[in-house]
Order: sequence, then C-alpha cells, then structure tokens
Amino acid sequence: MIGTLVDVLRFATPIGLAATGETVGQKAGVINVGLEGMMLAGTYAAVVASGASGNPWLGLAAGVAASVVLGLAQAYFTLKLAADQVVVGTVVNLLAMGVTSALFRLQFGTSGKLLSVPTFPKLPGGLDIVLVLGLVAAAVAGVVLTRTRIGLALRACGEFPQAVTAAGFSVMRLRLAALVMGAVTAGVAGAYLSLGIAGSFAENMTSGRGFIALAMVTFGRWKPLWVAAATVFVGAADWAQFSAFAQGSAMPPQAWRALPYVLAFVVLVVAGRGAGAPASLGVPMREEA
Amino acid sequence: MKFLVSAVGMVAILALTLAAFGLDVPRSLGLIAEGAFNPNYGWPTTLTRATPLCLTALGMAVAWRAGMYNIGGEGQYLVGALAAAGAAVLLAPVAAPVWAPVMLCSGVVGGAGWASLATWAWLKRGVQLVVSTILLNFVAVEAVAWAVRGPLQEPSHQRPMTAAVPNDAMLLQLVRGTSLHSGVFVAALAVVGVWVYMSFTKQGLVLRVVGANPRLARTERLPVDRTHAVAMAVSGGLCGLAGAVDFAGVTGRLGDGFSQNWGFLAIPVALLGGLEPLWVAVSALYFGVLFAGTENLTRYTPIGNTVVVVVQATAVLAFLALGQLMARRPRRVEETA
Repeated sequence: MIGTLVDVLRFATPIGLAATGETVGQKAGVINVGLEGMMLAGTYAAVVASGASGNPWLGLAAGVAASVVLGLAQAYFTLKLAADQVVVGTVVNLLAMGVTSALFRLQFGTSGKLLSVPTFPKLPGGLDIVLVLGLVAAAVAGVVLTRTRIGLALRACGEFPQAVTAAGFSVMRLRLAALVMGAVTAGVAGAYLSLGIAGSFAENMTSGRGFIALAMVTFGRWKPLWVAAATVFVGAADWAQFSAFAQGSAMPPQAWRALPYVLAFVVLVVAGRGAGAPASLGVPMREEA
Repeated sequence: MKFLVSAVGMVAILALTLAAFGLDVPRSLGLIAEGAFNPNYGWPTTLTRATPLCLTALGMAVAWRAGMYNIGGEGQYLVGALAAAGAAVLLAPVAAPVWAPVMLCSGVVGGAGWASLATWAWLKRGVQLVVSTILLNFVAVEAVAWAVRGPLQEPSHQRPMTAAVPNDAMLLQLVRGTSLHSGVFVAALAVVGVWVYMSFTKQGLVLRVVGANPRLARTERLPVDRTHAVAMAVSGGLCGLAGAVDFAGVTGRLGDGFSQNWGFLAIPVALLGGLEPLWVAVSALYFGVLFAGTENLTRYTPIGNTVVVVVQATAVLAFLALGQLMARRPRRVEETA
C-alpha cells in the first residue's frame, strides 16, 4: 500500500513540479505553453550529462540549465518583444522536440538504442530527494504567493500590472523571475522523468506531461497546494497504465494510455470556467522602450 | 522583393541548421535537392508531402485568424483518417467510384467533430483551447491504436492495421511509380476556397474582425461565439480532410505509424505563411521540399526530418524577432491591457 503510494507520487512528481512552476508563472500573468518543450530539453540534457559524467546530480544541473536557456529565449520573445505567448510557446516546443530528436539520432541512430544512465539514489522507503523536493516546492510556492510581499507583487502582475508599476516594481522583472522559476522546475521535472523514473531517454519522452501540467494548473484553481493535489490524481492515472499492464486488465492498453489525457480533459470540462484565473493572463505588458 | 529576402533567409536557416548539427552542408543540401527535385521521383514526393501539410496549415490559418489557438491539428488529422478508414469498411459492397468522395467527406466530418469537442469545452465550460486541443491529440493517437487492433483490424487479425483499400477505389495515381495522387488537386482547391472565403465573403470578414478584436466584434453585435465555432469546425474539417486524403491517396491502410506529425508541424507552416491562404500554400510547398528532401538525407545521416522541425522553429523565431523589432516603436504604458 505504501509502496503503491510512493509509486503514484513518483509518477506525479514530474507533472507536479512543472505545474508548481507554471502556477507561479500564471499568477504573474504569463502562460508558458513551452512547458512541454522545457521539460523535454531537461529530460534529454539530464540523460546526456548523467551518462557522460556518471553523476545524476550533474545530470539534474544540466537538465535545469537546458530548460532555463529555453525559458530565457521564451522570456525574450514574450516579455521583451511582447510577441504572442501561445505562438512563442508552441515554437519553443517544436524547437525542443527537433533539437533533442536530432541530437539523439545523431548519437544513437534511428533505432533508438536503449541506453541506461545513473539515476537518483533512493532514500529508505523508495522515496528520493527530488520527489521530496517536489512536495516541498508546492508548499513553498503556496506560502510565497499568499504570505509574502514579493508574492503579492507577483499576483498583482497577473491581475492588474499597471498597479505594480505604480507601486514601484518592474512588471518585466517580476514576470521574468516567474518564468525562469517555471523553467527551473520544468527542468527538474524533465530530469526526474529520465533520471528518477526511466533511467533512459526516448524521442518525445515527455509525451504531453507538460500540457497535462498546464491543465492541472487550471484544475487546481491557481492554488499551489490544490494544483499539487490535482497532479497526484493524474499521476495515479499515469502510474495505472504501467501497473495495469503488469496485472493484465480487461481494459485495452490503449485505453489505459489515454486515461491521463481523458481525465485531464474531463476534469477541466467538469470544473468549468470558475473564478481564480488571473485577469491579465497571457496579456503582454509593454513598458516604455 | 520581400519574398526573395524571405526565400534566401529560409535557405540560409536550413544551411545554418545543418552546419549546427555538424553535417557537411554542401553534401546535405545536394542530397536534399536531389530528394526533392529529382525528375523521376523527387518532385512527385515533394507534392505528396506538401499536400497534407498544405491542408492542415490552411486549417490552422482559419482557426488562428479567428483567434482560436487550435493546436489539435494532429488529432483532427488522425480522426479524419480514422473516419475515412471506417467509411472504407462500410463501403465494401458499393461500387469503387463512390468510395473516394465518401471517404474524403467522412474525413472532413470526423476532423470537424473532433475540433468541435474542444470548441464546445471552450464556449460552454471555458476550457482553454491550447490545453484541450493538445490533450485530444493524445486521445486520438490511442483511439487509432485501439481501432486498428479492434473493430477496424484487417480480416486475418495478424497485423495492427486496417484492410487495404482496393486500388481502383483509391485516389487516382498521377505519376507511375510514385505516391503522387489526385489529392494534390484537393489541396489546391482548398487553397482557393479558403482564400475566397477569407478575403471575399462577409463571413470571412467577420471571422477576421472577430480574431483581430473580439471586444469590438461584440460591441458591433457580431456573432462571436458562432464565428469561433465555425472557424474551429472548418479548421478541424481541413485537418480531417488531410488525414482522409493521405489515407485514400497514399497508404490505403491505417496503422500505428500513419501520422507523420503533419497536424503539429502545420502550425509553423501556417505562421510562416503569415496565416494568409496563398502564402500558406507557398510555405507548405517549401516544407514539402524539405520533407521530401530529408528522406533522401537518411542515406548520409540518421538525423532525417528532425532537422526540418528545427528549421521550422528557428525560422518562426527569426521572423517573429524581425517583425517585432521592426514594428517596435516607443509605446506609453497607458496603451496596454
């Protein structure tokens, strides 16, 4: 029973970490559609660095670095140039997909040779440090957003950025900080996917987990702890597809694989529009040039 | 002139991308050119690849111009192909000439229906399209995987794919020994149709106004919700048509590897065409060249068409940066919101 719970948490961790960072970003008014691409870049860089150095922590650092590079690129286009956030995010996803697949094929060919790299060491009980970090991150994000001065400024960026400027903060810098934070957690999430769960890499390995994370932010009503709870729910569905195979269930395996996506879609439809969406979400803020 | 600069820019981006991956640029470009323009098999392959790309990119252009971020072209393409495959099973007792139009129509209906699921979730329940259309992509992939092992599997139940469509029921083959088929005319017709619709009809004008300024559209009492729904249905219909055309024109079978990601790769194609139907067609042709060409590149390196994806992403970013930088002028803070 405890074992199952830890397994579910393990599958929820990548989605949960990405969703936590995305919650902070969306609260500050930036929607990061490139989340999937940042995770994918993190997944790939982590595998390469861990494989080359034999040290999973270096892999984690590389994953975060790759994701942050993409995050900074996205910030330049969406914040500095005020380009459309959905357009830029979609392109960042493409870029990550293209570059990681191309490099992977150059290294291992199209056969997709299975490689195995050093993974994160396990703590007693099957937990590991990154998993615990993921739980802590959600709690910290919740406290920072609701209980601190900087959190208030961040939330104001998402509601009424003009007021933030009037209060003497820079909307641009706050949003940049939020986006980079999101890129860091996306990088850790990606690295966890390859170094915490799989121990290897495959083309397009994130397979939509970044988008599921986006969906969970809405489902969790932009409250970090609710978002974390939502990701455990969908993490359970993600875990179920693997365990159901093992037990040989009556439901076809394709249905199990589709389950996390269907669940995410259905909960969004059921949850509806509701309150809590930042008013200026996705609206670029242009400051005096 | 602008076109010439863009064309040179696109080739430069391709060359730089090849160089960035440490490939021999002249040799790679030669292989790509041969694969795309060789008089025997090159240009037919180019047109075959450009066909679904053009249809799906047109679909993206219609939705995005209306302000609906449809990222679900991939799922709509797959459901279109699935609907065509389903129609093919039901059509078994019917004469061959009836097949193609019915399969294509089923594709349109399938794609439009799949897109409308997301429209419904947005209009009635406020679910962001960016999220819902993507989630539905993954569901579509699994639906196809299930169908070709279940209800639509070929009669001997040996392989995970549908039974082959009989040759005389397929779209007409245009060049012997290649996969070029009459679906290319369907794409050409769609280009003209979407162009006329967007540029010369009242609904097209309404669609562009709704996309450019929904608030103005509402104060002018334009039917915003209905326009959004129609745009998404047309968009999904075009993507579904692309799936059906590939099914009825190229493979005649539906299996796991059916999708080449056309529905997703259509987004940069549409963006680089400026979301204008005629330029989208030019853009699709260019990427048709690259996709056909990089198939030939596999003789030299396993990198394959992943390099095209990088080119697409880099090109959109480059054009975004140029466009935004050139359009930049000092703005006052009060203008925002």
